[in-house]
Amino acid sequence: MTTATAFAPAHRRPLRWIQPLVVLIVAGVTIGIPLWLVAVTSFKPQSEAIKPNLSLPHHVQAAANYKQSFDEGKIVQGFVNSLLVVAPSVVLVLLLGAGAAWVFARRKGRLVNTLYALSISGLLLPPAVITIVMELRQLGLAGTRPGMIGVYAGMYLSTSIFFMTGFIRALPEELEEAARMDGAGPIRVFFRIILPLLRPVIATATIMVMLYAWSDIFYAFFVLGGGDKATLPLNLYQVANAQLYLNNWHLIFAYVVMMSLPMVLVFVIAQRRIVSGITSGAVK
Amino acid sequence: MVDTATMDALDATRAKSREQDEARVRPSRRDRLRGKANQPWWFALPALAVFGVFFLLPNLLNFVYPFTDWSAFHSQIGFVGLSNFSTILHDGSMARDIRITLEYAVLVAVFQNGFGLALALLLERDTRFNRFFRAVFFLPVLISALAVGYIFRALLAQDGALNSVLSSLAGHHVDTPWLGSTTWTLVVVTLIHGWKWMGLAMLIYLAGLKSMPGDVLEAARIDGAGWWRTFWSVRFPLLAPAVTFNVTTALIGSMNTFDIVQATTGGGPGGETEVFNIYMFRIFGQGLYAQASAMSLVLFLIVVVLAVPVIVGLRRRENNQ
Repeated sequence: MTTATAFAPAHRRPLRWIQPLVVLIVAGVTIGIPLWLVAVTSFKPQSEAIKPNLSLPHHVQAAANYKQSFDEGKIVQGFVNSLLVVAPSVVLVLLLGAGAAWVFARRKGRLVNTLYALSISGLLLPPAVITIVMELRQLGLAGTRPGMIGVYAGMYLSTSIFFMTGFIRALPEELEEAARMDGAGPIRVFFRIILPLLRPVIATATIMVMLYAWSDIFYAFFVLGGGDKATLPLNLYQVANAQLYLNNWHLIFAYVVMMSLPMVLVFVIAQRRIVSGITSGAVK
Repeated sequence: MVDTATMDALDATRAKSREQDEARVRPSRRDRLRGKANQPWWFALPALAVFGVFFLLPNLLNFVYPFTDWSAFHSQIGFVGLSNFSTILHDGSMARDIRITLEYAVLVAVFQNGFGLALALLLERDTRFNRFFRAVFFLPVLISALAVGYIFRALLAQDGALNSVLSSLAGHHVDTPWLGSTTWTLVVVTLIHGWKWMGLAMLIYLAGLKSMPGDVLEAARIDGAGWWRTFWSVRFPLLAPAVTFNVTTALIGSMNTFDIVQATTGGGPGGETEVFNIYMFRIFGQGLYAQASAMSLVLFLIVVVLAVPVIVGLRRRENNQ
């Protein structure tokens, strides 16, 4: 702030100088410091990391930390487990959501309106996590991947149906009519016309579901528990709670780095599409 | 590949439809009369089935199990009336969790939107520098909430990084218990929650700022309105849809919060950051399933009673603009 007043009189448009400076300071303090803490702590031996601070490690043992947390945290297994529940959930949410949205957007009547309102109630209502456990036990799905996939799909279907229905309503029906004139049945119309046109919303929905489901721990706790089906966040929880009073910060943060890299990598590669996907879906 | 195929199909169908321009609408109506639907119901059935089984049915069961003695301690389940509710009412946990969850949700909505809007305004101009830093501020959204919780637990521990920085700045020993205050820790945790999601709010506000009609802003400028005046009188009201979206998602998201609280405080100190989901997790872990589902029902009712009017109100404000 002192720099702001010092710079202001010298220039006609003080904002030009102040803005980058403010950005750098804010980013440095709010993003830089936390990430720096993660990075340096993950390089330290336990004796140095036990009281986490921002100083450089006296003794660097990055390789040992990352290897230990890779093995103890079962990174590979966790990654595969996460992928095995999140990917099918996303596919289900998109495919089933698109089918329902098509019907809700095009058909009319009281039944359609009622079912649509019911289907998007999950946007607001919280999932009843305790009775989900009871129900999954009775269905024989407790602790299984299909159970977890069903729970995630049920939770996020509302979001995708809501976005997709709005999107399809804005599409001209002539395209479908024309395809039907050609003798295309509903299945052909859906897969050849509707799904390809839905691509922008599909991007939005995929990103939103990925952001939540990939890092979810609450529902995974109840449905999957620990064990050999544990997802990445569940493994992180186990690494962190392996010792009393959280004193293995070096391993926790090595794990955080490895666990976050795939998401960051995906973002860096597909940044433009992700950003436009999020914003196009939201402000409508 | 899909794209070219569709485009071909579209081109072909377009040509066809031009030929049969007159007959365009009628056949579909005839189809409907014959009972052959253009959008058959069974396209909606799988989604309705999954949603019904994994979302609606548990929520319906949630109106039954709280009135039973379902627990880990016996295999029979019998009805016990309101005893679970009287337990959570009399031990004070219901009132406390309602209060804390609501405080949490409101504070998160304020922080997440405040930070997001500030960042959007700061990085509004479309320069390479700004685009880079938008990505930087989006990083916390990509890190799992549990990991975010651990990062701040290390940063804010009594012998942690922040206190050691403050100690060297102040020249004497600082040991503020950032996560150990029964009053202020809730604010600290909601600040962390706001920090984690501010990048998403920023993107949505940026999109709102970008879609603003140029002539309105031009008119404000010609009328001699300064930056501040233009913002409050013209731009902020035009941001209504973005505000609605961000406030709604912040409220809903923070009522279902768990990870950040669990990783930073675990509900402490003295239960002063114990939101609904922390309670359910703890009580379920103790095997008192019915009691946990009673609290789950309370959360459901709170959301219905409070969130729905808020959203309806925001929507109305948006339409009145």
